[in-house]
Amino acid sequence: MTSPSSPQSPAAPSPPLSTTMLVDDVEVAVGKKENIIQAARKAGVEIPHYCWHPDLSVVASCRMCLVEVGDRRPNGDVVMGPKLVPACQTPTKPDMVVKTQTPKVKQSQSTTLEYLLLNHPLDCSICDQAGECYLQDYTFKFGHAHSRLQEPKIQRIDKHHIGEQIVLFTDRCVMCTRCVRFTREVAGTAELQVINRGSGEEIDVFPGHPCNNKLAGNVVDICPVGALCSKDFLYKKRVWWLKNQESVCTGCSTGCSIHADQSDDHLYRLRPRENPLAQGRFMCDEGRFGFHYVNDPNRLKLPIVRADRTPTDATSPAGKFDDPWPAAIQAVHHAMTRPDRKNIVILSPFMTCEEAYLLASWAKSLPSPAHLALGPVPMTGDDDHYPKGPKGESPSGRSIKFTIRAEKAPNRWGVAAIVQHWEGDLVDWSQTAQQLAAGQFQQAYIVGGASGYLDQLDITWVASLSFLTVQDILPSPLSERADVVLASGSFAEREGAFVNHAGLAQLIKPAIRSPGEARPDGRLLMGLVVRPGLYHAATIRDEMADIMSAFKAWKGNSLEPDGLMLERKILTATVVHVPPISQGGSANKGD
Amino acid sequence: MTDKKRKTIKWAEEPKIGFAEAIYLPAIVEGLKTTLRHAFEPRKTKQYPEEKPDLPLNYRGLHRLNRDDEGRVKCVACYLCQTACPANCITIVAAQPPSDDPHWAGRDKFPASFEIDELRCIYCGMCEEACPVDAIELTSIYDLTGMSRDEMIFDKEKLLSVFDKTVGGDKDPIRTHHGALGPASEIDLRTAQVAPPPPGHGRPG
Repeated sequence: MTSPSSPQSPAAPSPPLSTTMLVDDVEVAVGKKENIIQAARKAGVEIPHYCWHPDLSVVASCRMCLVEVGDRRPNGDVVMGPKLVPACQTPTKPDMVVKTQTPKVKQSQSTTLEYLLLNHPLDCSICDQAGECYLQDYTFKFGHAHSRLQEPKIQRIDKHHIGEQIVLFTDRCVMCTRCVRFTREVAGTAELQVINRGSGEEIDVFPGHPCNNKLAGNVVDICPVGALCSKDFLYKKRVWWLKNQESVCTGCSTGCSIHADQSDDHLYRLRPRENPLAQGRFMCDEGRFGFHYVNDPNRLKLPIVRADRTPTDATSPAGKFDDPWPAAIQAVHHAMTRPDRKNIVILSPFMTCEEAYLLASWAKSLPSPAHLALGPVPMTGDDDHYPKGPKGESPSGRSIKFTIRAEKAPNRWGVAAIVQHWEGDLVDWSQTAQQLAAGQFQQAYIVGGASGYLDQLDITWVASLSFLTVQDILPSPLSERADVVLASGSFAEREGAFVNHAGLAQLIKPAIRSPGEARPDGRLLMGLVVRPGLYHAATIRDEMADIMSAFKAWKGNSLEPDGLMLERKILTATVVHVPPISQGGSANKGD
Repeated sequence: MTDKKRKTIKWAEEPKIGFAEAIYLPAIVEGLKTTLRHAFEPRKTKQYPEEKPDLPLNYRGLHRLNRDDEGRVKCVACYLCQTACPANCITIVAAQPPSDDPHWAGRDKFPASFEIDELRCIYCGMCEEACPVDAIELTSIYDLTGMSRDEMIFDKEKLLSVFDKTVGGDKDPIRTHHGALGPASEIDLRTAQVAPPPPGHGRPG
């Protein structure tokens, strides 16, 4: 066949060494452990699928991804197989030929959709998934607009008991079993299952064992239709009104990449954003549903200046339309620049690296240079690894698919590296609190940045201070006793980089505007440290890279889309472990 | 070139005026004749405040929110009218009805609040076109007045009362399915089959 005398052989590429395959006449390289859906993506071809998910096992049950597959013979002939094969279950191999646009495939897709829609209630008008629903999208692209069904549709009862955070609209389900496989393979808790058979098939939980594991919210994301919905988001907003911004979850030091979905400066939901460097494709419920403090009506909306440290409310600015900020900034500036006072600036692990750098560099340039300290780092229990074993035991080593960290702050690494740069060594919070209690400092500037963060502090040392500035987003016992409260921004309003537990620097971007007159920390600090121009995170990052070896790697790097691994060695060398602070009530660390 | 072009221009001259036109009298007589004819002709204008116009059935006036067979608001709070509205005059807040309330049996979602700013509305009728359950319709009420801007923001109760006022009258809007519920507004499909939708409105999918 391959003899040199064959007339076709000079033009044909040497066949036995082929590493490519054809998808709709587009040549693509065959990858390792890839199925046809993934290969087709490389060729720019979308193969519709419901049951296949890259992080779950393959069941090939929805029959939506059927394609024609054949072989390219060494002599150039193409021989197609007689039957359609599921693209999700068929591994790719060299010289494979895939056809997705043939009449046979199109007919199959169209009839599969008609079948999936047989008992679907078509209640798109009240379905939360409408607008991001794969049944809608695929019916539009691959299906047809009518049904031949004459019988009444099977009615099923909605299951609100399926979990604390999730609700199952049983009749919308297409039985792809992604959720069942998720709870078995990623969460390991295996609450969800398929009950009954045939057309009576339903997703359900075992009675009395609802799906309340800490990853349960992900089944809402992986559900390709509107069957599993989030109770938290149910009927709050139609998805086409939402605008999303790339951000990072601040729930723990895993630093899951997320989409922050907002509309009209109101944060509606967080969704995981695929990031192989950070967490993969999922996120935990603590982070997913823990953002509501951003929309809290009690958020600090005005900077507060108190003349005599009495717990009064905000000072009324001179006129109704006067900007309250110059007075507040002036007051902080006036106090902190006094050369006869000992200052301390306490940075928060909820700050971005850029903000921490702005404040730290200013604190060190004061007439009486301030002592820099890292604030308390909230810790809860131990790292929580998934998938859980049959008895709830944690996995280890390579079988870990998801980890919820005990360290409940997004940027301890980054802020610690900054403190380290100026202070030499990093002391933990209990020592700082002791120094405060001993009256070593007269003036303090303390940064919060998350709900309940500063509430946990034992604040008996406040009395020994002659001037206290608190930069935070929500009122706390500490902010009520501060001389100046600077109303700042939550993670959804700020811009900058967080460095997670592994040294991965990722960007957060402003999704919404701060409430009232509150200013995101970057803008606030640019005013305080009197730097010319507006806050521009990338410029400050470059400046940091020049000064600090820990951040050298991100010089000129946009940190997009997945972030950048900083050199872990430098970071681990500079960080001293911070012991946990208790969650319940105020811990007596200072005494 | 320019000289050549200039030569080709023809200048129109004003026609010379004759003696009859110069004295203007014939023209005045002609005008008076027209005036007198109209003065004695039957009236062609509507005497508006006393005499109301007979509007076509597809006139686009004040909105109404329809009720279903059980008197509940037919709207399922899908936000499609709000999405389609080019004037941004519709504001809906959706809610889940209490599950144990027999009044809302079979309904998953309803509008807790439904407001239309009738001053901002441009009466284009796109809300009515977008509605999948025929809950919002434009009536032929055109003489809408109010003493304040707040008064002209119609809430759910006010829009339902417009339905109560106009339903069954000779100006009931004719554009929609006349009571046949859309797929989302009803739970029991067997009762929906009793009143089949008119041809061309088959249940899709």
